[in-house]
Parts: sequence; C-alpha cells; structure tokens
Amino acid sequence: MQELSELLETALASVRDAADLAGLDQIRIDYLGKKGRLTQQLKQLGRLPPEERKQAGQRVNAAKDQLEEAIESRKRTLEEARLTEQLAREKIDVTLPGRGQSQGGLHPVTLTMDRIVALFSQVGFEVAEGPEIEDDYHNFEALNIPAHHPARAMHDTFYFSDNTLLRTHTSSVQIRYMQNNRPPFRFIAPGRVYRCDSDMTHTPMFHQVEGLLVDEQVTFAQLKGLLIDFLQKFFSRELQIRFRPSYFPFTEPSAEVDIMGEHGWLEVLGCGMVHPKVLENVGIDNEKYTGLAFGMGVERLAMLQYGIRDLRSFFENDLRFLRQFNW
Amino acid sequence: MKFSEQWLREWLDTDLDRDDLLDRLTMSGLEVEGTEAVAPEFSGVVVARVIKVDAHPDADKLRVCQVDCGHSDPVTIVCGAANVVENAFFPLAMPGAELPGGMKIKAAKLRGVASAGMLCSARELGLAEEAEGLLSLEGDHPPGTDIRQALNLDDTIIELSLTPNRGDCLGVAGIARDAAALSSAAYTPLAIETVAASITSNIDIQLQASKDCPRYCGRLIKNVRAAAPTPLWMQERLRRSGLRSINIVVDITNYVMLELGQPMHAFDADTLTGGILVRQANDGEQLELLDGQLCTLVEGSLVIADADKPLALAGIMGGEHSAVTGSTQHIFLESAYFQPLSIIGKARQYGLHTDSSHRFERGVDFKLQEHAVERATGLILQLCGGEAGPVQVEEVTESLPVRPAVALRRQRIARVLGIEITDERIETILSALHMQVEATADGWKVTPPSFRFDIEIEADLIEELARVTGYDRIPGSDSGATLAMHPPHRQEHFLADARQGLINRGYQEAVVYSFIDPAIQQMFEPGIAPLALANPIASDLSVMRTSLVPGLVQALQYNLNRQQDRVRLFESGLVYRQAEVLEQTPRICGLVYGAALPPHWSAPDRPSDFYDLKSDVEFLLQAGGTRQRAEFRPTEVSFLHPGQSCEIVIDSQPVGVLGVMHPRIQQMLDLSRNVLIFELKISSICVELLKKYTEFSRFPSVRRDISLLVDQSVPVAEIINIIEKSASDLLSNLELFDVYQGEGIEIGKKSLTFGLTFQRSSSTLIDSEVDSLVGDILNALHTHTGATLRE
Repeated sequence: MQELSELLETALASVRDAADLAGLDQIRIDYLGKKGRLTQQLKQLGRLPPEERKQAGQRVNAAKDQLEEAIESRKRTLEEARLTEQLAREKIDVTLPGRGQSQGGLHPVTLTMDRIVALFSQVGFEVAEGPEIEDDYHNFEALNIPAHHPARAMHDTFYFSDNTLLRTHTSSVQIRYMQNNRPPFRFIAPGRVYRCDSDMTHTPMFHQVEGLLVDEQVTFAQLKGLLIDFLQKFFSRELQIRFRPSYFPFTEPSAEVDIMGEHGWLEVLGCGMVHPKVLENVGIDNEKYTGLAFGMGVERLAMLQYGIRDLRSFFENDLRFLRQFNW
Repeated sequence: MKFSEQWLREWLDTDLDRDDLLDRLTMSGLEVEGTEAVAPEFSGVVVARVIKVDAHPDADKLRVCQVDCGHSDPVTIVCGAANVVENAFFPLAMPGAELPGGMKIKAAKLRGVASAGMLCSARELGLAEEAEGLLSLEGDHPPGTDIRQALNLDDTIIELSLTPNRGDCLGVAGIARDAAALSSAAYTPLAIETVAASITSNIDIQLQASKDCPRYCGRLIKNVRAAAPTPLWMQERLRRSGLRSINIVVDITNYVMLELGQPMHAFDADTLTGGILVRQANDGEQLELLDGQLCTLVEGSLVIADADKPLALAGIMGGEHSAVTGSTQHIFLESAYFQPLSIIGKARQYGLHTDSSHRFERGVDFKLQEHAVERATGLILQLCGGEAGPVQVEEVTESLPVRPAVALRRQRIARVLGIEITDERIETILSALHMQVEATADGWKVTPPSFRFDIEIEADLIEELARVTGYDRIPGSDSGATLAMHPPHRQEHFLADARQGLINRGYQEAVVYSFIDPAIQQMFEPGIAPLALANPIASDLSVMRTSLVPGLVQALQYNLNRQQDRVRLFESGLVYRQAEVLEQTPRICGLVYGAALPPHWSAPDRPSDFYDLKSDVEFLLQAGGTRQRAEFRPTEVSFLHPGQSCEIVIDSQPVGVLGVMHPRIQQMLDLSRNVLIFELKISSICVELLKKYTEFSRFPSVRRDISLLVDQSVPVAEIINIIEKSASDLLSNLELFDVYQGEGIEIGKKSLTFGLTFQRSSSTLIDSEVDSLVGDILNALHTHTGATLRE
C-alpha cells in the first residue's frame, strides 16, 4: 500500500502544479479516467484475497475522493483566475461617447404652449382651434370692434381683401367656438397670430393663447383667482402680481396683468369679463351667463421664463438657439 | 399723452408724492408708460443779465461781457455766441458748475481774457437737441436765481399710454378730473374767465354737414401781434408735452388742446373769402396742408372751406394757405365738435395722424367748445394782444350726441365682480366721476357726463365701479363653474407623439413665418399660385406658404451659413391655398441634411439617404395609425428628384411626399449635399385608433429563406405583395434581408433574399406543407414577375 500513498502524493502534487484547466483535466484523465492509474488500482482489487479486499477498497476509494476534491478545488481556483484575466482583458474605456442618433428638441414656443395647455387642462379647459386666415366678422366685428373702431388701429392688420385678413389675435377662436357650442364651457386656443409690425420687440408673426370660460356664476373675482393660480404655477414661484384696469372692446371690465420682475412691473397678459355684446353676437343669453376671457403672448412668457432678449431669435431657427431648449 | 407733472398738479390738489401719484394713475387704467426728467442733472447755473458787451482784444468772434449774476459786482465773461446783447438775460454756469454730461466749469482765460464762467445755450443745459446761440431768458427772475428754479426744471415728464376709450383724458384737465375721483385728491379746475367782445366783427359760419359737425364755435380777433415771442414757460410746457413751438398763435391753440383736450385751429382771417363753410369735400378738390402735402380730396372727407376753396381737413389738419404766420394781422379761432365717426379712418386715408384727429376720433367733450375759445382768447390777449369779437356758436342740437341714462342693478354688480359694494360707496364713486345718479327700486339710473363716450351699458358702469374700487381690492376666488371632461383629441395627441418621436430621431423643431418670398415659393411649386397679402411687411414675406418645405429649406440655408453641417429640422403648421374654397390645412414637414448619425469614433460618417427618411415617415404613419394602409408610389414632385421620390398614398388619396430635393433646386440654392424632405397632411395620416387584440399562435413556426433573381425594374413592393397573397394567412412574417447586384448576377437583374416565417394557429406545420407553400409562392412570382430562384 506504500504504492497507493505514493501514487496519491504524486497525483496531488501534479494537481497543485497544474497551470491551466486543460492540464488539470489531463491529470483527471490520467488518474481517474477509465484507464487512469487510480481506476486501475480499483480494478485490481479483485485479485486480492477477500479478507483484504474490503479494507484495500476503502483505502483506494478514499484516495480517489481526496484526489477528486483536490482537482475540483484546483479547478475552481483556475477558473477564478481565468475569469479575472478575462475581465482584465475585456476592460473598456467607459468614458468614450455613446453611439446612436442625436437628440433633437422642441421649439421654445411649443414648450411654452404645452406648459400653458397642461396647466389649464388640469382645471378642465379644452383645446380649441380656428383658422389663421380669418374674416372681418370673427376677428373684429363679432368681438365688438366695428369698422373704424380706434382699437383697429392698434392691430396693424394684414389684409388679403377688405373682408379677408390674417387674424390679429386668437380671440377670433372665441367667436367660432361659441357659435358651435352652448355654455357652460371652457377652452383655450393656442396659435399663430399676425400683425403688420416688425422691430426689436415686434415680429409680424407671433403666438397667443386665448382662454374663455362661460357659465352661470362666473365673476371677475374668479378670473383673478384663476390667473393668479396660473401665473404662479407657470413660473413655479410665488409672484407679486397686479391687475390693472385696461381696455379691450370684447371684455368689460378689462384688465392687464403685470408681474414684478427684476426691474419693475412686466405686462404678461390681458383679460376681462366677456362683453355682453359679444355674448349677444353669438346668441348666448347674457343675463343668464357671464364669462371670463384672457389672452397671453406665448413668446413674451417664453422670454420671461428662459431669459431670451430678442423676440426675433424665435423665428431665425438658428440651431445654436434651438438646441438650448433640448434637455 | 405727455405732460409735465407740475402742470397736472396745478389742476389736482393732492398730497401724493410722485411715485404714489403715478401708481394711482396706472392702477386706475391710465397707464404710465414712462417718465423722464424735464432736464438732465446739472448744477451751478444761474440767471444772469448782460450789462455791457465789448469786443475781445485778440479774437474777432469772441466778446467780453460784464454780467450781473446777483453778486454785488459784475463778473467778466468771455462769450462767442452771436446773440449776446446788452440787457438780455441768459443762463450763466458759474465756476464750480457741473453741466449735463459731467462737464465742469472753471474760471479760465480765453485768448488772454479771464472769464468767470460760461453763458449757456439750451443744448448745453440738455434742454434741446440743437440750439442756435444762447438761451434767451425773459428777465422775470432776478439775476442770481438758480436756473432750475427759474425754468421749473425740477419737474417730470409723464407719458400715459391711454386706451382708445379714454378720449376724455387727452388733456391735463381730464386726467386731473379722473385722478381726483380715484384718490383723496381734489380737482381744482382753472377758473376760465369769459372775455367780453371789444369789437362786433364776426365771420359767417354755415354748417352744411351738421351730422358730422353739429357744433362749431368761432371768434374773430383783430390786430394780434402774431410775431410776438412765445413766453418761455409756454414753450417749456409744450416741449414737455412733445410739441415744438411754432408761433404764438399756434402755440396757444396747442396749449389749450393739451390743457383742456379741445383741438383748436386758427385761420389767418385775411385769407378767407366770405364765411366759413363746414361741408363734405368734392371729389378731386385740392388742398395744400400745413405739412406741405398737396392732398387730393375724396368724397366723404369733411372740410372747412370758405366761399372759394377748402381751407382745412376738418379735425385733422389745417391748410397752408390760411395758416397763421408771423405777419398775420387778424385771426379766426375755431373750436368745433366733430363726430368721431366722421374723423375715424379719414386721417389714415391721407397718411396722417395728428394730435387733433387722435382726439376727435376718440371723442371730444361736445360741451367744451366755448370754454376753449374763452381760454384761448384770454391767452392771446394776454400774450399778443388784439381785439376780440363775440364768441360765435353754430349748433344743430339734434345732431349732438345724447347721453341716455343707463340702468344699474345692485344685484348685477356682485354677480359680475364677485364682491359687494355698499350703496353709499356706489353713489360716491359715480358722482365723483361726474355722473348723475338717481336711485331706482333695484339700483340706480345713471347719466354719464358729456366728456365720457364709453358709458353706454350697465357693464360700462360696473367696470367704472371696479376701476375706482381698485382691482387690487377684489380678492381672487376659486372658480365655481361646472367642471366636465372632454373627449380625447386625437389630432392633438398625434402631434404630441409625432413631435416627441421626431426629436428622438434627431430632429429639431423649427417655427417659420407663414408668409414667404414669392420667388422661393415659385421655385418649389411653380404650378401653384399662392395667396398674396395686400399689405405685406416686406417683399420677401409677401405670399402665404403653399408648402412647409421652402421655409425649412431657408432655415437650412441659414444654418449652413453659420457653420452647421448636419441639420435635421421639422415643422408642423398650416399651408394656405385658394382652391374653390380657401384651404388652410395642417401639415408636418421634415428636412435632413448631412450625415445620418452624429460623428462617432467607431465608424465613418454615412450620408443620410432616402431610406433613413423613409423610416421616419413610417414612424409618423405608425403614430397616426395608417402605416399598414399606406403605399409608397414613385411620382413626380416639382421640387423632388424624379428618380428618388415618392408620394404616400392612403386609400388611393395622396397624403404626402418623400424624397431627395431636385438637383436643379439644390444647385440654384448652392447646397453642396443632398437634401432629404418629407411633407405629410396631418389630417390624412392620423386616424382614430380602434385596436383589437388578436390571439397569437402558440405552435412552433418554420422559417425558409429564398433568394430570387428578378429584373432590376421590378419594385420590391410588387414581389412582397405576390408573396403575401400566395401564402395566405400561414405567412406570419416576411423580411427582406439582402438586396444584391454586381458580380455573379446578370446585368439588369437583382438578387433579393427574403426570410419567410410560416405558422398556423391551430396546429404545427409539417415540412411537406411548407415546401408546397414555398413552391406555390415561387410559381406565382415566376408567373407575374419572371423571378427565378437563385441557385
């Protein structure tokens, strides 16, 4: 049996020395394979006298178990080493830029209109639309701005013919909506509007959002409540807000709303109670119903929100401008 | 409306300081648009009297003056101004004075003569842009008086931005009257004395157009000294209101207009033939206006005429011929009431906008005319003498505006404003606004004053109550209105999805003007006539776009000129066409230029091509719910490459185009690389989505790959169509994964390799079934397209 223990020692020594998994597997085959040297020892047990056979068998099996365990352990070690080496080999520079399409972005006018729409949607306002090429009736007449009203001079209208024009405000949508819907209702109408004017603070096209709410119990106090709520949520901060008397032919009382900026009051929107004549023009009982209306310049709000100085930059479509709103 | 604060304070007795006063004005609806100091900061300048003027021993253009500046001894001043004369008063900047712009005055020698300061012009004191010579003072302040005090320079110019309903505030008096109602201030109107006639002469006045001019006051004043200088105080007030001094008579009429709000006119009475006639103009009559414009009158204009000729455009501008000049001897003053509707639009028609037309358009108090004549007469007699005739008034009472009483219901006030105002307070407010108030069972009967043209209905009165109460005293409240849901708006949601998808695909949203250059429009769509604006702001913004493409291409050019080489833009918006009816239809348009992907270290740049863009279009169709029904058909589009473009067709209706910009246009626009473009009609590609779930097969699928050889001209869509038809519903997926032409393939042919996946919903397919299906497909392909299996 001296032989067996020597064999085991030799086997264990070569397991310890095995440099890689292939070598280790060869050792396993050499000792434990079908023709392996330990396997041979087991096969030779039959030649021993029966009284020795049991004891010798136990010894050979123990040696086999010990060797198997050693191989298994060495295998784990070698596998671990191989993985470590693989990981080291596969290391990449994670700071290299990623692959794929660039990310574009929405125009600040759209972002601002979306924000306005989202806020008013929360309190039940629907989005309405109307044509940009309008007739005199919807843009002026029905809004209590008859031909030759001095307010028309403030509008600098683009005309196609005497009766056809580019809408000067989204208030024209009020009339179209009220002609097709019966109160109570509330909607906002975002869109393009046009005035024949161009300088640092005027572009011939810009965007407005008009809002209208008509119901049986609408008051000026509610108009104030609604718009104060809106402005504070829009600018995400507590604002100093003031309502100041103004004049629009289609609202009465009318107000302009200012917020306190870094250098004083800034006008942000116009509003008022729907003029009784406007309701009358669209066949709504102005004794039973009252309405509140408001209108705001989208670029104006965007300029305040983002700190944009020059109105014209909205329409140059300079990528260096547009990309600043991608986040 | 611009005026000086001191002038307003003459008419308004108030303790409010400047800031509070301005705030009150703004918060009452008379918006303060801006303020400016009457004069810039300066100090150390006093009134000085020139005692003696001598020639300078060493300089022809300089004088040596002995000047009394209030000290016991005269001082010597060297001066180069031509108008320096003995006994005249001028501003003197003493040593130590600091002038506008920071210039410091020191005693100095000029060509050897010591000068103890500098006599100043209006420009040097910042009172005028330009000045000839020294500023002549009137001598009503003793030498040594600080010039700021002498000229009332510690004053502020207030500019109001008045809304068109407040014509009553186009005079200092009106502003004071309104401000008094809004604060604790008192309205202190100037007592205007009537000037008794000293002569009996007059001029016949006839109102032929009495509907347009129901009231006309006139007064003949003889022997005025029209060349008399306008006193400095009046010049200054005019200047502070933005008016230039013209001559004493014109200055007085302007002054009265600014003060009372009544535009006036003065005629040189010697130029009149016969009396004054207020009449309609005859078509083609000519009138040379004060501004030198020779104006050909059109019917519908109101004129002031004499027996021979028109003298003035009524309420707008006087004529040159009858204008008062320095040599005028006798004047005829006009103070009339013209109906707003007779003036509105008329000034504009002649390209004019005057202080007078501005007031008449908005409504001038129709009871103010004699008052204004008396005020002007008083000033004329005081400042340039003369003998006044009687005040003449021609009036057609029934044509004058009426002020019917307006019913105001107590309950309606709270109903509209959401606050309660006490009866007592309501009556106080309305009375303070000069309204006559009479109590009724449910409220009041309110009669507005003649100067208010904007009080016609109950809402007008409620607005006045809110305005005087102060909007800031009306608390904001929650909306009590009915809250209901709205059905989802499909197109709105589609647009949101489309925008989001496109920006994820690298597009940047653009917003382009709706009007474009007609030349660019014609370059892209020569077959379509655009709608032209009658009054465009510029020729390159003069027609409405008929497609979104040209605008995006211009935005591309703009960016290429600014060193951008990879541009992806999209826009959604309306295009405008005059078909049988006017069409305003929403479209979405995209443009791609340069590399398909941003530059990356892992691979060389690949230019974008048709198929990159097609994938973006397929995404939009998918978002709209129409991808399955859409076909891509080769077509000719005026601005696209005929061999690399197609139209998108849904249910046999064209809904958009896609392709490479026509090389001819690319060359005209000097673009070095291909431009890829798509444009789709939003309403045609976006439908209501009603998705239904279909059970999928749980049996294994079988895949077969086939390579076909087919004529190059056969479109792939045709082959796919045949495969899908022949395979019936057993074909669960079809993909084209190789297209090859070149070595090994006959010229004129192409090789297409498809992967076909078959599957049945009820059982597993066996190989022989699949073989037979593939055989059927190949037969059908061969029959219809001549395709053969590639060996």
